[in-house]
Amino acid sequence: MKEAEIKRLLAANLLCVFSIILTTTVPAFFLDSFSVLGTHLTWLCICSVSISALNIVLCLVLRPNPSPKRSSFAHKISRFLKCCIYFFMSCILFHVIVVLYGAPLIESVTETFLFAVLLSTFTTLQCLCMLGPNIQAWIRVFSKNGAMSIWDNSLQITTMCSILGAWFGAFPIPLDWDRPWQVWPISCSLGATFGYMAGLIIAPLWIHWNRKQLTYKSR
Amino acid sequence: MQRWPVLLFLAWVCFLFVAGIGLFMSGFLLTRIELAHSSSCSDPLTPPPWDRQSLPPGSCWMPQRFSKAVLVIIDALRFEFAWFNPANVSPLPYENKLSFLHHLATSQPRHARLYRFRADPPTATMQRIKGLTTGSLPTFIDVGSNFATYAIQEDNLLAQLVQNGRKVVFMGDDTWEGLFPKKFFRSYFFPSFNVKDLHTVDDGILQHLYPTVDGGEWDLLIAHFLGVDHCGHKHGPDHPEMAKKLTQMNEMLRSLVDHLGNDTLLLVAGDHGMTETGDHGGDSEKEVNAALFVYSKTPLFGTGPPEEPEAIPQVNLVPTVALLLGVPIPYSNIGEVMAELFPGDGDALSAALQQLSVYHVNAKQVDRFLHSYSLVAQDLPAEQLQHLQEIFAAAVEEHVQLLAQMQEAVLVFPELESRLGNLISRFQLYLREARAVCTQTWARFHPLRMVAGCTLIAASCLLCYVTSELATASDSFYRSCLLYPLLWGLVVAVLLGLACTFIQEGLDLLLVSSWAAAVSQVAFFWRWWGRQPKRARVASSQPPLAAIGLRQWLRAWLGLAFPVGILLFRCGAMFSDSFVVAEARVAPFLLASLVVLLVGKLHWDGRLTVPEGPKQQLLGFSSYRKESWYLLYLVAVLLVCVRLSIFFHQCREEIPQCRPSLFIAPLASLRNTRAKNLFYLLCVASLVGLVFVVRCWLRHYGNLNSSDPLVLFVRWGFPLVVICIACYWAVASSAEDSLGKLQELVQVALVAFPWAVYGLVSVGLLLLLCNPMTVFAKDTRESAGPIVTPYLGVPSSEVDFLHVIPQIYRRMQESLKSRLERGSCKATVAAYGLGSVYSAALVIALTLLGFLLLLLHSERLSLAFLLLFLEAFVLLHIHTRARSLAGDAEPFSVPWHAVISWLLAASQFFYSTGHQPIFPAIHWNAAFVGFHLDHSTNLLPAVLVGANTFASHILFAVGCPLLLLWPFVCESPSLQRRKPKKEAQEELQEEEEHMMEMRLRESPERFSAALLQLGLKYLFILGMQLLACVCAAMILRRHLMVWKVFAPKFLFEALGFVVSSICLLLGISLVMRVDCAVSTWFSQLRLSPCL
Ligand SMILES: [Zn+2]
Ligand SMILES: [Zn+2]
Repeated sequence: MKEAEIKRLLAANLLCVFSIILTTTVPAFFLDSFSVLGTHLTWLCICSVSISALNIVLCLVLRPNPSPKRSSFAHKISRFLKCCIYFFMSCILFHVIVVLYGAPLIESVTETFLFAVLLSTFTTLQCLCMLGPNIQAWIRVFSKNGAMSIWDNSLQITTMCSILGAWFGAFPIPLDWDRPWQVWPISCSLGATFGYMAGLIIAPLWIHWNRKQLTYKSR
Repeated sequence: MQRWPVLLFLAWVCFLFVAGIGLFMSGFLLTRIELAHSSSCSDPLTPPPWDRQSLPPGSCWMPQRFSKAVLVIIDALRFEFAWFNPANVSPLPYENKLSFLHHLATSQPRHARLYRFRADPPTATMQRIKGLTTGSLPTFIDVGSNFATYAIQEDNLLAQLVQNGRKVVFMGDDTWEGLFPKKFFRSYFFPSFNVKDLHTVDDGILQHLYPTVDGGEWDLLIAHFLGVDHCGHKHGPDHPEMAKKLTQMNEMLRSLVDHLGNDTLLLVAGDHGMTETGDHGGDSEKEVNAALFVYSKTPLFGTGPPEEPEAIPQVNLVPTVALLLGVPIPYSNIGEVMAELFPGDGDALSAALQQLSVYHVNAKQVDRFLHSYSLVAQDLPAEQLQHLQEIFAAAVEEHVQLLAQMQEAVLVFPELESRLGNLISRFQLYLREARAVCTQTWARFHPLRMVAGCTLIAASCLLCYVTSELATASDSFYRSCLLYPLLWGLVVAVLLGLACTFIQEGLDLLLVSSWAAAVSQVAFFWRWWGRQPKRARVASSQPPLAAIGLRQWLRAWLGLAFPVGILLFRCGAMFSDSFVVAEARVAPFLLASLVVLLVGKLHWDGRLTVPEGPKQQLLGFSSYRKESWYLLYLVAVLLVCVRLSIFFHQCREEIPQCRPSLFIAPLASLRNTRAKNLFYLLCVASLVGLVFVVRCWLRHYGNLNSSDPLVLFVRWGFPLVVICIACYWAVASSAEDSLGKLQELVQVALVAFPWAVYGLVSVGLLLLLCNPMTVFAKDTRESAGPIVTPYLGVPSSEVDFLHVIPQIYRRMQESLKSRLERGSCKATVAAYGLGSVYSAALVIALTLLGFLLLLLHSERLSLAFLLLFLEAFVLLHIHTRARSLAGDAEPFSVPWHAVISWLLAASQFFYSTGHQPIFPAIHWNAAFVGFHLDHSTNLLPAVLVGANTFASHILFAVGCPLLLLWPFVCESPSLQRRKPKKEAQEELQEEEEHMMEMRLRESPERFSAALLQLGLKYLFILGMQLLACVCAAMILRRHLMVWKVFAPKFLFEALGFVVSSICLLLGISLVMRVDCAVSTWFSQLRLSPCL
C-alpha cells in the first residue's frame, strides 16, 4: 500500500516538474519573443495558472485526503469560494511579507504581486488542494509530528523548499554582475521555482528512504 | 556577587581583540616612505651643454618664464562649476556662474585655458594640498589625520621657492599653517574647520587680496577660498547659496585679473570636486573631477585651445609651476610637466626643442627619485622598475644622439620634427608609466603582521566561545583562568619593555602589547586544556550519561544551526564588495529572517499550539495559544520596524540609482516652510513620545514612585531635556536671514541649548551612578494586613498605579519574620519597583544616551531613533516570549539567536541613522553641535563625531544586559494574571511570583556568571564580524575595491568594535553598580531601628 502510494506521489510530482519545464518552452511557439527572462511577467502568469490547474486536476483525480463525509452541492460551492478567498488572502499576505523583507514599496507592484501569486501557487494552493480551507489542519501539518500521510510529508517538503528557494533567490540581487536575471523579482521567482521543483523531486525520495521511520497516526 | 573578576575578564578579552586589531592595522594600512632629500639648483640634472648656454642667470634647471605667480585655490571647485556653456538657457545654481573664465578663454585663446584637473584619491583637502605642493601621492592613512595637520617633511614647491629666495604669501584656509610652518613671507590664516561658516575665510581673503597684489612684495601668492566647499557641505551644490558663492568667486577673479601685471601667471584650481550631496573624500568621478584654469597677460600657448578641455592629473601642476618660475622640481615629484606651457620662441621647432628639454629634466628628476626611493623601500616591484629604467635609458640615449645630429645639422626639418615628436612621446610614456607604477603599488603591506593580527583576533573569538560555554558550568572558572594568563601577559610585557630599554631601542607599544596578549592567551588555553581531562573523566565515569550527552550536544548544535547559519551568511557577506555596499539592506534582511526562522521553529516544534487534548487529537486539528498570537503580533511589528528603517538610509556612490533619504538633510535645508514646520512638529512629537513611553514603562513597573533625586530627574529632567532639544532644533532650522537683528541671540542660543542638554544629561548620568535605586519602600509595618499588596487585576486608577508590582524580597522577609516572631509585631515592607530595578537603571541610562546622540544627528533622524527604541523593545519582548513558549529551563543563559539578532539590529541602525562605512558619509557637522567656532583640541570633535557615527553601536551595547534582565522583568505580569485569586492561601508562592529581577539576587554567583557569559557571547559575535572584515581586507588587499570598500569597512568595523566593547563594559558595570546599591539598600533596611 505504502509503496504504491509513494509511486503515485512520484508520478504526480514528476508531472508537476514536467509541466513547469513545459511552461518555459511551449509558450514560445504561440507568443512572439517569449522568454522566461525577457517577458518574465507573462511567464509568471502562465506558470501560476498552469501549475494551479494541474494541482487542482491532480487533487481531484488522486484524492489524497478524502473528506470524511459526503457533502452537499451547496457545501462544495461554499468550500470552493472559501478556497478562492483564502488563496487571494495568501497572495496579499505574501505580497506584504515580501515588501517587509525589503522589496520596493511602490515601484514594480505588479512584479511583486505576481511573485506573491507564484509563491501562493507553490504553497497555499497545494495546502488548499490537500487539506481544504482549514487553517487548523494547516497548522497541524506544519509541525514536527503533524504529518498524517505521505501526502502531508510531500506538502511539507515542497512548501519549505519553495520558500527557501525564494529566500535564497534574493541573494544574487545586490551583486554587481549586471545580469538580466538579477532584476527584481526574477531571481526570487526562479529561486522559488527551482526550490519547488527540487522539493517535488526530493519529497518522494526522502519518503522512500525514511519509509521505515515514518509512522502516521491513524485518523 | 563577583563584580571585579567579571569586569576584569571582559576587559582582558577586549584588550586581546584590540591588540589584534592594532597589529593587523599596522600591517595593513598603507604607508609611503617620505624621503628627506630635496632638489637644488646645483643638481647634475641640468640639460646637456647645448641648452645650458641659453640658461639666463637667476634661474636653475630651466629658464624662468614668469617671475610671479598667483595660485587661487577654490576648494571643491568641480569642473562643472568652472565650465561655461552658452547654450544652456536654464542653468542649475552651480552652472554658468564663472562666466569670466569663459570670457578670458574665448577672447584670448592663447592666454587662457581651462583643464579638467584630475585629483588623486583620497580627495580630502589636506591630502590634496600635500599632492599639489609635493607632486606625490599621499596615502590612505593620512585621511584620518584631517583633524591634526602635520608639517610636510618632503621636498615641496614652497620649500623650493623659499630656498631660492622667493617670497611666498598665503591667505585663506589655516590647514596650510600646520602643513608649512614658517614657510610664508606673510600669511593671513582663517579658521577652516567650521563647515557651516560660508563667509569668514572668503571675506578675510578678499579684504587682503588686492592690497597685497598691488603691494608687490611677493613671488608666489596663494589664496585658498573655502566658501564653495563649505556651501557644498552645508547645502549641497544644487542650492541658490552655491550660485551666490560662485558669482562672488567670479567677481573676485575679474578684479584680480585687473590687478595683475604682465609677468604674472594666474592659476585657478580646485583641490577636488564634490558629490551631489556636496561631500568629498572618495574617488568617485564627481569628487575627482576638479577644474584648473591658467591665464597670463602675455601669450602662454603656442597653439589654440583643443575642442574639449584636456584632462591632466593634479600632480602635473608641481613640475610645471616649478619650471615656469625657475626653481628646481621638488625631489619626490612624480608628475609630468604640462608641455604646452613651454611654447619656445613661437615656431614649432623651437617649441618642440624646449618641450623636449623640459621633459628631459622632468624624466631625469623622476628617475632620480625612483632610484633613491627603491634604495630605501622595497615596495616598488623590481621588474617594473627595471622596465622603467630601460625606457628611460633608451630615451636619454636617443636624446643625446639627436642633439649631436642636430649640432652637426644632419637632420632636415620634417624628419627632425617627427623624431623630436617621437622622442617627446617616449619621455611622456616613461613619466606616465612611472606614475602608474607608483599609484598602483603605494600600498605597502606587512603580511606577517597582518596574519599575526588575524590569528590573534581568531584566537580571541575562540576564547570567547570556549569561555561562554564554560562560564555557567563552573562558578569560579573565570577567576582561576584569568589570574595566570594576566600574570603571564604582564611578565612578558615587563620583560619586553626591559629588553627594549636595555638595547636602547624605541619602545614599540604595539608589539609589546600584542606579545603580551598572545602569551596571556596561550596561558589561558593551557589552563583550559589542563581542566579538560577532568571533565572528560567525570563524563566517562557515567557511560550512559556520556551517550546522552553526545546526543544532546548534537541536538543543541542542530538547534544552533539557524542562528549560526545567519551569522555565517553575515560574515560571508563581508567578503563580497557588492554585499558590503548593500549591507544596509542585508542586515535588516538577515534580522527579519532570523526572527521569522525562530518563530517558524517554535511552530515546527509545536510550541505555539495549544497542547493537544483528546478532542484535537481525534480531529487532527491544532490551534494557536493566546500567547502565540501575541508573539506573532510582535514579529509583525518588528518586520514593519525593519522595513521602515530602510527609509533612513544614506547612499553610496556605488549604487548610482540610489537617492539619499530626505530625513538625513537638516531641516534648515528645507525651503518649503510648511513642510519644515510639519517635520519639526513630527520630530518633537517623536521625542515627546519617547519620553512618554519610557515614563509609562517606569511607572508600570513602579519605578517612578520614590522621591529620590534620580526619579525626580526622570520626572522633571526628561521633559526639560526635550524642551531644550526642541528649542535647539527650532533655532537651528530657522532661516538664517529672516532673523535679522536677532542674529547674535541666535548664535548664543545655538551654543546654549546643546550645552544645556549636555549638562542635563551628564547630571542625569551622575545621579544614576550615585544612586541608581528607583525603589520606593512603603512601610506597612504598623498595619496588620497581609504581606502581599491588594493587587487584583489591571490597575484602573491613579491609586492603583502606585501599587503596581511591589517587590518583597523573600530572604529579607525571612530574616524579618524571624525577628518578628521574637518581637511579636506584625510588619512588612513593600518595595515598589524593586523587581525591575536593574532594567530601570539601564532604561534611564539608554534614554539619556539616546537624547545625547539624537542631538548630534540632524533633526529628522529622531524618528529613526524612535524606531530604534521601538525595535529594541520589540526584540526583547520577542525573545522573552519565545523563551517562555519554548519552555526554556535555563533562565540565566541568553540564547545565541537573541544576541545575534541584537547585534544585527545594531548594524541595521548604524545604516538607518544615516551612516555608511565610507569617509564622505561621516556627519562632520556633529562636531559643531554646541560649538560655534573652532575647537581648541582635536579630542572633543573626534568624540562628538565618533558618538554620532557609532550611535547605534553605543545604544545597543549599553542595552545588552537587558537581554538577560528582560525575561525576569516580564515574568511577573503574565503569571499574576493567570492566578490572581490564590493569593490568600499560597502566600509564599505568590511572593515567588513577584520575584522578577530579585531572582538574580537570589543566586549572585550565577548572576555574575550570566553577565560574563552574555558579555562573552556579545564579544564573540562582534569578534566574528570583525574577523570576517579583517580576513576580507587581508585576502582581497589587491582587489580593485579594497580602498573604496573593504578598507573603510574594516576601519569602521574595528572602530565600531572598540566603541561597542567599551560600551558593553559600561553597561555591565552599570548593572553591577545597581547591584551594589541594592545590597546597601537591603543592609540599611535590616539595620533600620523598628525592625
Ligand atoms: Zn578641499
Ligand atoms: Zn570639504
